[in-house]
Amino acid sequence: MDRRQFLTAAVAGGAAASLVSPSAEAQVSPVQTSARIVIIGAGAGGTALANRLVRRLEGAQITLIDPRREHLYQPGLTLVAAGLKPGGYVVSDTAKWLPEGVTWLPERVVAVDAEAKTVSTESGETLGYDWLVVAPGLVLDHDAIEGFSLDMVGENGIGALYAGPEYAARTWAAASRFVEDGGTGLFTRPSTEMKCAGAPLKHTFLIDDIARRAGNAGRMNMVYAAPQATLFGVPIVAEKVRMLFEDRGVDTMMNRTLTGIDAGARRATFATGSGSEEVEYDYIHVVPPQRAPDFVRRSGLSWADRWTDQGWVECDMATLRHLRYPEVFALGDVAGVPKGKTAASVKWQVPVVEDHIVAGIEGREGTETYDGYTSCPMITRIGRAMLVEFDYHDNLVPSFPGMIAPLEELWISWLMKEVALKATYNAMLRGRA
Amino acid sequence: MQDLTFETLIAVFEEIFGRGLFWFMVAAAVLVTFGYFYVLIRDREVSWKKFLVAQLSMPVGAVLAVWFVMVMTDSRLADLGGPIDIILFLGIAVTGAIGMAILVYTLEALLGTKRTKGEADI
Ligand SMILES: Cc1cc2nc3c(=O)[nH]c(=O)nc-3n(C[C@H](O)[C@H](O)[C@H](O)COP(=O)(O)OP(=O)(O)OC[C@H]3O[C@@H](n4cnc5c(N)ncnc54)[C@H](O)[C@@H]3O)c2cc1C
Repeated sequence: MDRRQFLTAAVAGGAAASLVSPSAEAQVSPVQTSARIVIIGAGAGGTALANRLVRRLEGAQITLIDPRREHLYQPGLTLVAAGLKPGGYVVSDTAKWLPEGVTWLPERVVAVDAEAKTVSTESGETLGYDWLVVAPGLVLDHDAIEGFSLDMVGENGIGALYAGPEYAARTWAAASRFVEDGGTGLFTRPSTEMKCAGAPLKHTFLIDDIARRAGNAGRMNMVYAAPQATLFGVPIVAEKVRMLFEDRGVDTMMNRTLTGIDAGARRATFATGSGSEEVEYDYIHVVPPQRAPDFVRRSGLSWADRWTDQGWVECDMATLRHLRYPEVFALGDVAGVPKGKTAASVKWQVPVVEDHIVAGIEGREGTETYDGYTSCPMITRIGRAMLVEFDYHDNLVPSFPGMIAPLEELWISWLMKEVALKATYNAMLRGRA
Repeated sequence: MQDLTFETLIAVFEEIFGRGLFWFMVAAAVLVTFGYFYVLIRDREVSWKKFLVAQLSMPVGAVLAVWFVMVMTDSRLADLGGPIDIILFLGIAVTGAIGMAILVYTLEALLGTKRTKGEADI
């Protein structure tokens, strides 16, 4: 039953009857195998996949490699950077999410040899694999912004909420001073692909809303600066955001890429295409360029002709299977697909990778495909959001058509972000959603 | 899994409240409902006196439920933005009201005075 049928059934009052049918998954008995499966990264994608694979396979050797002992619920960072949640809201133990029966190697992967089918770690250990899932997320290239370093966050009107819970909290410290004092706020985003492209917009909307609530709307000069020509990758959403910005009095500076800051002088430098431009600020939100971890490119897993500065894994956009190495899959932020650097995409990608690996082990072809589903509860003020969901084709694919209008600012969409998103994310990590 | 199944819903609710609290609440709701049916069967009728007090408690339940949701989610009444929000809001209020009424009725019948226990009616 898909979501639409579910809703129709619920509305028709037939939900109770249809709800109790066991899921298809529960009826399938585990596949016997001795396959060695290595998953690089125990973030959203790697953890969810491991939890699902242990249920589908019996006897498989599943190894997750990730040096990070703390799991970060990244969608919560936006709320931390608006003072709505403490930093601890996004942090949990990696170990807590890992299922019995998988091996966790707390190390950093430094190379993959896809010809020899081995993975090497920082300590020099080498593991062979039959199936490899590359899910190390992405790297925030803060050094690409001249004059900026992470230790500046929280002081002198500098915010950078992507950098983690501590930095998100420090971002709020700087932003809250700004909403009290007023002035010019610069909200940026990078020219590269990025995770949750809505997050910089959300931060802009939230800080604007908080300033309004403090009665300081008149003293704020809010400016959203972006390297792109439009405010969002999906045209219909871009148009809606443009209207909301107009309504809130948020100015835009399009085709401007942040290249550097002078923290002392509170001046930002943007590349304009034909030259550079300096803009003074009282608060700046820095979102740095984002790239695949170095080992991905060094190991020859990246696209040769696309995103050459970013290094995303070359893979089929429907199956996430590597185009040159069929036993390798990309999952999550690192995947070189046109859309989908969100946890919501991960939720839809995991069953696809799972299906193709299990099918491969059984010696048949998998059937599941991913169509670029991404979603982003676009917060437009505290208490309201738009539930924007779309696919590779820039089509809106609302989960609740006719009930939750995708481009409408709604309380219910806010509730989803505040209450249901983390719960759904956690359920996904456990392989149950 | 792209399907929204019963298991997914349960999993999400367990995550929202914590496994223990969620099942405790389910158990409490089931207990109160059983208690309600128990007193209905025991007394063989709906006591309109008890029902009156229960009814009076309904607005309290409605307000409490709405207040709880608003506080927990940093929201205000002004955030209601469309028909679905109003429906959800009313749904929360109605759930709170009905829950409170059943709770009050059941407690009255189980713990109350002679009058509310339906023995003497003076
Ligand atoms: C501010 C912000 C807001 C967001 N908002 C939303 C939202 O509203 N909705 C939404 O759906 N998504 C949102 N996201 C995106 C979402 O969090 C990510 O898309 C998702 O976490 C990606 O999952 P992943 O498994 O690919 O990577 P991650 O969850 O980042 O995990 C990658 C893991 O790989 C590990 N790793 C890295 N390099 C190596 C290596 N060399 N060796 C071994 N391990 C390695 C890391 O330690 C990490 O644990 C947001 C993200 C941010 C930053």
